Amino acid sequence: VSRYTAVADSDRAEMLARIGVGSIDELFAGVPEGVRLGRPIDLPSGRGEQAVYAHLRELAARNVSVEDEVTFLGAGMYDVYSPALIEMLMERSEFLTPYTPYQPEVSQGGLQVMFEFQTAISELTALPVSNASVYEAPSAVAAAGYLAKLANKGSKFVVSRGVHPHSRQTLATLAKGYAIEVVEVPLKDGVTDPDRWKSAIGQDGVSAVFLQQPNFLGAVEEVAALTDTEAVVTCICDPQTLGILRPPGDAGVDIAVGEGQSLGNRLDFGGPSFGFFAATEEHLRRMPGRIAGETRDADGQRGFVLTLQTREQHIRRERATSNICTSQALNALAGVVYLAWLGRQGIVELGELLARRTAFARELLVRIEGVEPIGEQPVVREFALTLPVRGPAEVDRVVAACRRHGVHPGYTLGHDYPEFPDGLLVAITEQRTRAEIERLAAVLEAALAEVRGGAR
Amino acid sequence: VKTIFELGGAGRRAFSCPPTEVPETPIADLIPAAMRRREGPRLPQVSEPELVRHYVNLSKRNFDLDSGFYPLGSCTMKHNPRLHERVAALPGNAKLHPLQDPAAAQGALELMWNLQEALAEIAGLPHVSLQPSAGSHGELAGLLLTRAYHEDRGDRRTKVLTPDTAHGTNPATVTMAGYEVVKVETSADGGVDLDDLRDKADEDVACLMLTNPNTLGLFDSNIEEIAAIVHRVGATLYYDGANLNAVMGVARPGDMGFDIVHFNLHKTFTQPHGGGGPGSGPIACSDRIEPYLMTPHLVRTEAGFGLDYDRPKSIGRLRGFQGNYGTFVRAYAYICSLGGDGLKDASETAVLNANYLKARLAEYADDLPIAFDRVCAHEFCLSGAPMKRNLGISTLDLAKRLLDFGFHPPTVYFPLLVDEALLVEPTETETKETLDAFADAIGEILREAAADPELARQAPHSTPVRRLDEAGAARNPVIRQRFEEDAR
Repeated sequence: VSRYTAVADSDRAEMLARIGVGSIDELFAGVPEGVRLGRPIDLPSGRGEQAVYAHLRELAARNVSVEDEVTFLGAGMYDVYSPALIEMLMERSEFLTPYTPYQPEVSQGGLQVMFEFQTAISELTALPVSNASVYEAPSAVAAAGYLAKLANKGSKFVVSRGVHPHSRQTLATLAKGYAIEVVEVPLKDGVTDPDRWKSAIGQDGVSAVFLQQPNFLGAVEEVAALTDTEAVVTCICDPQTLGILRPPGDAGVDIAVGEGQSLGNRLDFGGPSFGFFAATEEHLRRMPGRIAGETRDADGQRGFVLTLQTREQHIRRERATSNICTSQALNALAGVVYLAWLGRQGIVELGELLARRTAFARELLVRIEGVEPIGEQPVVREFALTLPVRGPAEVDRVVAACRRHGVHPGYTLGHDYPEFPDGLLVAITEQRTRAEIERLAAVLEAALAEVRGGAR
Repeated sequence: VKTIFELGGAGRRAFSCPPTEVPETPIADLIPAAMRRREGPRLPQVSEPELVRHYVNLSKRNFDLDSGFYPLGSCTMKHNPRLHERVAALPGNAKLHPLQDPAAAQGALELMWNLQEALAEIAGLPHVSLQPSAGSHGELAGLLLTRAYHEDRGDRRTKVLTPDTAHGTNPATVTMAGYEVVKVETSADGGVDLDDLRDKADEDVACLMLTNPNTLGLFDSNIEEIAAIVHRVGATLYYDGANLNAVMGVARPGDMGFDIVHFNLHKTFTQPHGGGGPGSGPIACSDRIEPYLMTPHLVRTEAGFGLDYDRPKSIGRLRGFQGNYGTFVRAYAYICSLGGDGLKDASETAVLNANYLKARLAEYADDLPIAFDRVCAHEFCLSGAPMKRNLGISTLDLAKRLLDFGFHPPTVYFPLLVDEALLVEPTETETKETLDAFADAIGEILREAAADPELARQAPHSTPVRRLDEAGAARNPVIRQRFEEDAR
């Protein structure tokens, strides 16, 4: 008997008697002989809590976390500071252990959190409609594509290469299922090439177009100049920058999606975090996922319920607007608590801090001999550089050399962008101090000398 | 209760911004006006104590598994060990960047590898991808893999079969994957109607999606014949793993003939459900499906564990990074704690508990008969239709009245083919005393309804709010806070 079950032998005998069978095996009589395992599961024996903790601690100790080195690695997830109160709230049994709120009378806490989350996302994006979370950013991008497919009869998606490679790949994977072609538009000077964009979105049969703000290279796009189309305009936004950047709802965007990790969630080697999904009123009844709505109870008291459920799979089945069921409620809770913690002034102050430190870091790094910025556009939390080396393998060697000095300098762009073979993507968070940025500059310069010296 | 937006006031704050430390360049010099936000988002303005009190008080308006019995059918609400939160929070896990050099993430990759090996053994299928984010995401992976498999053979198929008892995610996924749903009828004994299946299984069918035991809690004893029919027409057989908790160590989907399986780590493997996620929906598959598995794919080489992005036949990526790693840590800790024997014991006890509770509830069969009454797996289905006729209370009334007794109700009105359905899944982590108390509460509710049905019809009476107007909420959707200044 494992420590998580409480049926002892005496209980078992009594229970079997009540059922009217002689053994547990009789309860499995319906499983045909031919499909029975007939041997124990081939896994190590169970271990006590202390032993399991020791084993997992040993595994975790073999990972180099952002506490073990000064990291400038971003590319979609960031080493942000999350206040201690978020951990406390996420670990409360009342938030951690319930199911999806199917019984609203005993789920008012979770439902109100969803309502508050939707409000915060609506405010951030300046779009009137938000759901209560989706998995993460790339699948949110694919979900936006599916919404467009339901909304119009287009046969093509146009995607800027400024969109995160994982988002582009996920969109392509899912679009294949419902037979929509994905066309990519290249970057020019670090942002979406405006002429190529205009001609791509002007073609017939475009169902949806996809931009990212700031784009994958960290550059701020002039979104409002790129949204002149009848197609569904989707913009992937970094929520931490929406205190200072023009919100998508004010720039002609129909759907804003994004990655919620930077809103108080852990890195967790890539998840769980959450994705957000906001849209114009027009798309309300095509939204994927849970939506909480305000209502009244039998006594006239304010309360909250899951609403517009006729969109959803458990009601509409094959005619549902999405198949999503379990999403990321607990991570979305962290998101709304983080936004409330930052507050009205804080989101602006944090955005300004990031913009200033990022600008400072770019200026400092391009002073290193041979290091050039990719494009001159404004940057607010991340920026791309060209290093004076040859190809992604050498960039990787530079990264490795920096890491030997305790600094992770960023992401090797060339793995995803053959057009930037010598590119490095550097992320700044509020945790990266001026001293650390200066240390990065020194370490990077030395690493470049080391790698180039070795190559000669 | 006020929302966070209705609390606080101008100037209050919880956040103290770190000093800038670099030149305070005016923002207008860094970002041109056309790209800048004119008015900041109207986020709350609260102090830290207000913030904490608000959300702690909200939490108290939730029912949760740590406080009480939660027999929600097809959701496997088993105990969530706190050890799992502790190991997931270790800095080497929680603070590991997803794009860290694999050489500096060997512990995480080894954990994922070990979890994959364990899931493969449990499923009886050799290959695993941990990437999907939830069960329905795993289903989508399964159908996209099926499509890639057929198309690689030059075979274009248009239909996917699902039983009428299937979870709603199955038909919804079929549509999203670009297939047409064809429903298969349920036989008189609660399984797949074999004649109907033979009728509908033709060369246009890409896949049959099946849950076994199904959503009535019944193991389909014809599974070998079902697999033969599906494979005869060249289709794949997909296993919805929502009910895997019934059969671990007893029978494996791979041995039943399934080609692709998804696991719900947030059901069978104790990832806490979080009030609606996070979840995780890894899939396992057979050799013939393996070439199409998602990228990146975890590999083991002499140099250690790595991520393989170069898979020419892969369907590609389904989401960002490597999946919900935090859920992998918890599931792996669970598997380490239980071991092979413990997992089998979990399934056996889940089935024992379900059959015991079913036997207890059989006392009330006049009002709440068991649908398809035979030995059940880890869950069973009741019909409230006679109760409605005899006592004048519906399944919904019974569910709401259970809240007053301190229990979370079972899943209601699912599966659809049972009138006034209640789907009850007690799980293995509940004691006999809890099951008895639940059965007694049902008996008490039926007795009181015979005397006064209004008690149930007006229930719940003791919850933070009374019954809510859901129709009104859908008719006039209010899905965000309105600010006073917007009303003017």
